[in-house]
Amino acid sequence: MALAGSRVGRSLALMWRGMRSHPGIYALAVGASAIFGALTVGVSRAVGWATDSVVVPAIAGDEVARDRVWLGGLVLAAVALTLALSVAGRRIWAGFGVVRIQADHRTALTRQYLRLPASWHRAHPAGQLLNHTTSDTEAATGVFNPLPFALGVVVMIGVSVVMLFMIDPWLAIAALAIIPVTVAVNAIYQRHMSPAVTRAQRLRGDVADAAHESFEAALLVKSLGTEDREESRFDDRTQELRAANVRVGIVRSLFDPVIQTLPAVGTLLVLGIGTWRISTGDVDAGDIVTAAYLLTMMTVPVQAFGWVLGELPRALVGYERIAQVVDSTGALAYGDARLSRTPGQPGLAVRLEGVGVDVPALSGAQQRSITLLDGVDVGVEPGTTVAVVGTTGSGKTTLVSLLARLSDPTRGHVLLDGVDARTLVDGEIPDQVAFVTQTTFVFEDTVRGNVTLADEGAPGAPSDAEVWDALRLARLEDTVRAMAGGLDAPLGERGANLSGGQRQRLAIARALVRGPRLLVLDDATSAVDPRVEQEILRGLADRADERAAGAAEPGSAAGAGDHSPGTTVIMVAYRMSSVTLADRVVHVDGGRVVDTGTHDELMARDPGYRELATAYEVETERREQERADAAAAGALDDELEEVAR
Amino acid sequence: MTTVTDEPDVTDVPEDLLDADGARIESTSKLGVFATLRRGIQISPEITRGIWLTLGLASLAAAGRVVVPLAVQQTIDVGILADAGPDAGRVALLAVLAAGALVLAGLCAALVNVRLFRAAEAGLATLRVKAFRHVHDLSTLTQNTERRGALVSRVTSDVDTVSLFVQWGGIMLLVSALQIVVATGLMLVYSPILTAVVWVSFIPMFLVIRYGQKYVNRAYTLVRERVGAMLGAVSESVVGAETVRAYGVSERTGRRIGGAVEATRSAQARSQVLVAATFSSGVLIANLVLAVVVVVGTLLGVGGGLTAGQLVAFLFLVQLFTGPVQMATEILNELQNAVAGWRRVIAIIDTPVQVAEKPDAVTQERGPAHVTLRDVRFSYPNGPEVLHGVTLDLPPRTKVAVVGQTGSGKTTIAKLVTRLMDPTAGAVELDGVDLRDLAFASLRKRVVLVPQEGFLFDGTVLDNAAYGLRVPAGSTAEPEAEPAETSPETRAAVERAFVELGLSDWVADLPDGLDTEVGQRGESLSAGERQLVAIARAYLAQPDLLVLDEATSAVDPATEVRIARALDSLTAGRSTITIAHRLSTAEASDLVVVVDQGHVAEVGPHDDLAVAGGIYARMHASWVAQTR
Repeated sequence: MALAGSRVGRSLALMWRGMRSHPGIYALAVGASAIFGALTVGVSRAVGWATDSVVVPAIAGDEVARDRVWLGGLVLAAVALTLALSVAGRRIWAGFGVVRIQADHRTALTRQYLRLPASWHRAHPAGQLLNHTTSDTEAATGVFNPLPFALGVVVMIGVSVVMLFMIDPWLAIAALAIIPVTVAVNAIYQRHMSPAVTRAQRLRGDVADAAHESFEAALLVKSLGTEDREESRFDDRTQELRAANVRVGIVRSLFDPVIQTLPAVGTLLVLGIGTWRISTGDVDAGDIVTAAYLLTMMTVPVQAFGWVLGELPRALVGYERIAQVVDSTGALAYGDARLSRTPGQPGLAVRLEGVGVDVPALSGAQQRSITLLDGVDVGVEPGTTVAVVGTTGSGKTTLVSLLARLSDPTRGHVLLDGVDARTLVDGEIPDQVAFVTQTTFVFEDTVRGNVTLADEGAPGAPSDAEVWDALRLARLEDTVRAMAGGLDAPLGERGANLSGGQRQRLAIARALVRGPRLLVLDDATSAVDPRVEQEILRGLADRADERAAGAAEPGSAAGAGDHSPGTTVIMVAYRMSSVTLADRVVHVDGGRVVDTGTHDELMARDPGYRELATAYEVETERREQERADAAAAGALDDELEEVAR
Repeated sequence: MTTVTDEPDVTDVPEDLLDADGARIESTSKLGVFATLRRGIQISPEITRGIWLTLGLASLAAAGRVVVPLAVQQTIDVGILADAGPDAGRVALLAVLAAGALVLAGLCAALVNVRLFRAAEAGLATLRVKAFRHVHDLSTLTQNTERRGALVSRVTSDVDTVSLFVQWGGIMLLVSALQIVVATGLMLVYSPILTAVVWVSFIPMFLVIRYGQKYVNRAYTLVRERVGAMLGAVSESVVGAETVRAYGVSERTGRRIGGAVEATRSAQARSQVLVAATFSSGVLIANLVLAVVVVVGTLLGVGGGLTAGQLVAFLFLVQLFTGPVQMATEILNELQNAVAGWRRVIAIIDTPVQVAEKPDAVTQERGPAHVTLRDVRFSYPNGPEVLHGVTLDLPPRTKVAVVGQTGSGKTTIAKLVTRLMDPTAGAVELDGVDLRDLAFASLRKRVVLVPQEGFLFDGTVLDNAAYGLRVPAGSTAEPEAEPAETSPETRAAVERAFVELGLSDWVADLPDGLDTEVGQRGESLSAGERQLVAIARAYLAQPDLLVLDEATSAVDPATEVRIARALDSLTAGRSTITIAHRLSTAEASDLVVVVDQGHVAEVGPHDDLAVAGGIYARMHASWVAQTR
């Protein structure tokens, strides 16, 4: 989408692309504008005609002329009506064009936001992304407001110039002298305006970003009482934007009067030259009057071009900021492989082979990369449950997010049923793998919409019975039944009216309703009561058993036929009760797999794992010991006291 | 009011705290056009600063624009078409005079523009900052009634909507009015009857404008609302990008945003049609007036009341009159656009602050915090009561653990103790002072909450932890000043905090240590790591009472135990209230509070409750079973 070439080339390309994308509307807008241009001439001609052939003779006593007064009025009225209609047409179609191009930009931007990977989003502030859809989009399209007007009336300039040349070349040259001046003035304007506008648009993004981040942090700001600091931070950016806008304003303030004055200067020049040409006898006084009239006719289109030129720097900057996003690469590529999905099939087989993940460092001048995972080899049998255990920051989240292909490994392969995840067709992984993140994102939607993530009644959307089923398994059924509206109850933005535990259970229901063949839980029950967590995890196991039994007897699996029995579960967990539910445990530390085995095996041979697994136990013992010591010391003190007495 | 009138002791609670309906951020204020203008100028007085001088200069510029065509006309009439042939000297003189007028008018115009830009931008900056600040002053509950993305639009694009009118429209409206008066005066000199005809002819136009403005206003208001909704949808897709990806719902999310984009476009298109309709009806009437004047003027002339020359001159004046009238229609449309945006910003600023500081709020000394809850009741606006008369006495220097099932009211207690919300009845006291009588500056210094999902700003670990420092370490600067986050003292203080919390190994393992960038919303770190930074940040704030709401829920057990022990030894002399599912916290506490369905069910030391055979004993037994 990016524009290439000189500034003039880019400007022309920008305008051409916009108009080409909606040719019908622009044809109408430019057409209406051309009619307007013709009628502007028409009005003064009509007034002139009425004055000369009706008004003056009638007042002078001409009876015929007096009878024609009404005709004159009608002609003027007809011209007025057509003129007004052409104005309405031009404005409406020009407006339609602008809002359509804006909608195009917004659609292109937001599609790209959805396509680009999480790593890109981490580096691009949300406020900036919002600002692209408002301020930058408006900047990029501002030039399309005066453009049809300028193009429509360009004929007026042409006609005027030709007629001037027919009268006298010297007069024409005098009139055209303003053109190189306009070009020069515009060049100076663009040179000052471009950097000023670039800065202003960037600062607009910064202000939006400061606001967005600060509002997202509202709870933190309140709990630390840092409102004043946030205000001063926002004020700094706002004042910078103010200064930048004033700078833009000053450049524009000087440019606009110059451009508006130039046609009048041209007129004066023509009068001066004209007087000289009369004195040499090359033209007569009538020619000068006509020339002066032609020049006033040129004023309107010249000013329209002035507006276009005035808007161009901002348009280029806005467009280029949008193009940067639209041209960003990094979206995942997909293959065309598919996974089989037949009823009664067990969970997915998962294999990680020599997996390593490097990410570019966000800080630091030189290009460095940080290794998050290295040499990870893990195999998970279909239908088994595997717990991933490790200290905070050891790479567990990075590891499990590869399974849902939220990103691709730098080295090695992620194999699902033996197929490299990178070769799978788009949509295949979300269809078979459900990933529940640590922090739940709740959409501003109903409970149903948040569980199904599909439009109601859309093909393939889960039925209400299935939603209730998932809510029951996630132990959220009672909460939803208690809500006014049940499944139709609206959840506020980010789920503000749910507790942390409720949000997590909602996310689990969201995963379960899809009947995934692989369920990935990334510490997805941290805010849930241990008892409820146990219920959920046991419920999963029970359901798998039921389904397995159901699948064994053909016919009884009806209704749940597209759910797979024996879902493979991979979960990041801290609670030992949860870990011990798993068939196998993978212990991760420092981005590497330290050991794999059953809980008992790891307890026996992996000291790091033992430390994690028994942390609470050891701590409790330590406290009890401390208390005992304190009690003993107290008792000793008492004894000593007694002895002292 | 309806939700609380059945409460027994509401009499001593300020009225505005009870008005659950007033807690919403309205999508737009209900002020009329002039009231909006007045309120807007009251909020941003800079807008009208120096307005009289600007108006004077603008009038000169406008006069210049009229003088030049007149001068051209004169040059032609008396210079070129002079009876004795073209008079070069006179032409030169007139041309120079006209050029002088032109330059003067241009200079005035430029000066006016610069002055307006300065005044307008200063006013808009003030508007932005005031609205921004007010969002933070609103209670948490009120903040949650509007989408974050839409709140951003209120301090960005809604403000931008006002700018065109403030920069250009306001002054041009005044100048146009002035021009209309002057033109009317001149017309009266030539022909009072025709002047009356012109004014009467414009009556339909005034009616059309009056009528049309209402619709234009509605259309623009709709545009602003839809832009806000669109930003809400975009913000959701950006912040929730990972969820969208994980569930493969890009297409549906794209459709939802597409719907919002299309809704914005259709609202914009509608407003364009209305604006075009009112403006072109202005054009129509202005030109029809010419026709009327020609007809009536001719008839008058035939009757001997007017000469042809007078009529021609009058026609010229009519155009001086219709020009500003048409300009005014344009500006009035722009005014409606500005008012639509202005109202949305004013709606923020005029949203009542429910959890407000009293004018005579007291400031407390720092020291051990003694928290008392007296028969505290709480219900969310239009919701059922969630706390049913909680009375608690939490002595100073106590480590309190609050336990209970999800939804039992634990978090509500945390929010009331930190005054993120006020109780619907009863009182929360800090050292015997009702929190509602305490200055926020004092309260926030003494009491700090660490929520479960600690928000991190885009920046380094160091920046984020240092955010907790009220006064930059080693400096005596005033507390509200921006802390010098990179100063060596600050770095040392942050380093020390991580060491004291037993997290130095974790910091050492980070790619760039304290200088590691955390990414947008801290998303380059895991949820557990974000919690570690949030704890360090709160720890650096050194409150007298630290309230931890599931603040270590995503941290591994070994690290959690390490932090808990560090906090134990370091918060000696301070109080902590910890809400946790992991009962290791309760085991280590001085006092356990068991909350059950909005009531305090049990209070006592762990050792007593664990063997008391109640709710806590059952919870603890199950916890022990899970961890071993």
